[in-house]
Amino acid sequence: MLKKALIALTLAAATFASATASAQDKTLLNASYDVAREVFAEINPRFLTHWEKETGQKLKIDQSFAGTSRQAQDIIQGKKVDTVTFNQVTDVDILAKRGLLSKDWNKQFDNNSSPYYSTIAFLVRKGNPKNIKNWDDLVRDDVKLVFPNPKTSGNARYSYLAAWLFASARFNGDEEKTRQFVGKFLHNVENFPTGGRGATVAFAQNGQGDALLTFESEVVNIAKGDEFKAEGFEVVVPPVSVLAEFPVAVVDKVVDAKGTRKEAEAFLQFQYTREIQELLTTFNYRVHHPEVVAATADQFSKVELINPNEVLGSWDDIQTKHFGTNGTLDQLLAQKP
Amino acid sequence: MSSLTFPRFFLRHPILPGFSLTFGFSAFYLSLVILLPICALLLYLSDMSWAQYWQAVSDRRVVQSYYVTLSGAFYSTIAATMIGMLLAWIITRYDFPGRRLIDSLVDLPFALPTSVAGLTLATLLVPGGWLGQWLYPLFGVKLAYAYPGIVIAMTFTSLPFVVRTVQPILQDIGNEHEEAALTLGAGKVQIFCRVIFPSLVPALITGASQAFIRSLGEFGAVIMIAGNIPFKTEVSSLMIFVRLQEYNYPAATAIASVILFSSLALLFLLQLAQARYISGKTK
Repeated sequence: MLKKALIALTLAAATFASATASAQDKTLLNASYDVAREVFAEINPRFLTHWEKETGQKLKIDQSFAGTSRQAQDIIQGKKVDTVTFNQVTDVDILAKRGLLSKDWNKQFDNNSSPYYSTIAFLVRKGNPKNIKNWDDLVRDDVKLVFPNPKTSGNARYSYLAAWLFASARFNGDEEKTRQFVGKFLHNVENFPTGGRGATVAFAQNGQGDALLTFESEVVNIAKGDEFKAEGFEVVVPPVSVLAEFPVAVVDKVVDAKGTRKEAEAFLQFQYTREIQELLTTFNYRVHHPEVVAATADQFSKVELINPNEVLGSWDDIQTKHFGTNGTLDQLLAQKP
Repeated sequence: MSSLTFPRFFLRHPILPGFSLTFGFSAFYLSLVILLPICALLLYLSDMSWAQYWQAVSDRRVVQSYYVTLSGAFYSTIAATMIGMLLAWIITRYDFPGRRLIDSLVDLPFALPTSVAGLTLATLLVPGGWLGQWLYPLFGVKLAYAYPGIVIAMTFTSLPFVVRTVQPILQDIGNEHEEAALTLGAGKVQIFCRVIFPSLVPALITGASQAFIRSLGEFGAVIMIAGNIPFKTEVSSLMIFVRLQEYNYPAATAIASVILFSSLALLFLLQLAQARYISGKTK
């Protein structure tokens, strides 16, 4: 009787031990922007199989989705995030500034540590009744725009920058004319929702404005997605627009404390593989892998992309000059139209 | 006066037992939930110089947002008070099928996440929406994504305050007063103006002031329907949010403090006014 009890006890102990062992399987926490949900639902399982095949180790990935400024705030306040896959360079820079990751994070991986990129495109109503083709159509008096408030939404900051870069190129860097152009552009905005989703609803569901401005990937998703397919919205990619990189980085402080550096780096490196780059194009992101680029050439319109850093300086400079309190954006909004 | 009565009150032995325990708990709870956050706010403010504070709260765009918020809250309070009184009247005075349903529907704005409410209202009221397609040609003004949207959203979220404060009073009054007035020869209008309405005034003031203050701080519902155009339809709570997004925490706190202290001052004034009204009535 006693023997039996002992055996049962050892068995129980053994199962308990193995349970704790499997609980010690490493876990990565990846923080992303809001609309990345579907993307990482596809990527993460693929990486886990890949990792198990390569190393024989089991790994788990937890995902967190929110606006990336919010994510950065949470990480600064101590959330244990191993990797970030953002849509804003500035929000990674903030982490670097606070010493959570190295200052030259953008050299850690290829292409400025951005495995994929996008740009700002327009979504217009069926048949493009206002004949909107380029940025200068957006400052016409009869055109009304919808995009989120650039203060509260990252993709709207790119919309603002794209308009600025277009005008700056057109007027050969004449700042006064550029300001006038962008001022007109801002005063044509009918509605400043606080986030991307609110802008989509205002334009697509509630019939506000003639054009919605957001990332090309989003524009195509709205036009082709089941929710608004029936509306027949059309995608307009202007001939010139802004380069919007989607940066990735390893949060050094966290991975060193957790001992997950190897896994975290492999996870981010995995985004550059052919398999994932192909997958990303199905979500309408532009990628770097030469074979994938060649294979999907028809999917993406030709566009000249201007890197904001080459014209306007570092993200720090852009942030203070344009988006700070009483920066250029505030000044232009305060002007009488 | 009050400074004299204060210590005497504490020296007197209370009749009900457990005073020190309950008073202590109340004070502790108040400190934890209300005073502590206010202290944190003040602490944040103390980092700023007066000049910085003034600059943060007197920015032209922020001042315009006070105006939008205050006027929006004012109009919505009038609307909520009138609609709320009617609702309370119907619920308490008439027994009709569906009364209980209406009674519980009144609390819906409390239960619904306010941003959902704002988004739903916007969808209904845009020129092509269910309601908007009739209302837009009628008034010729944009309701959603414009100033009227702010007032509508604020009215929606603050309506239960008025209903729920007026309702118990109406229930208490009962029919006796009206019947007495009727036998004394009062007309219907007279009964309402001189018998029912005066006893409702304190509750109406309380309800209206709660509705007003709720509207001052309303964020979710308003930003979904306002359009948020600078200088036109930006409310103060959005300005706080914008400053937070700029990582400009002191300025956000400064604007928050303006809203907080004006609400506090208003609440205090209303308390005083109400105390005076009640004591004036009993004299």
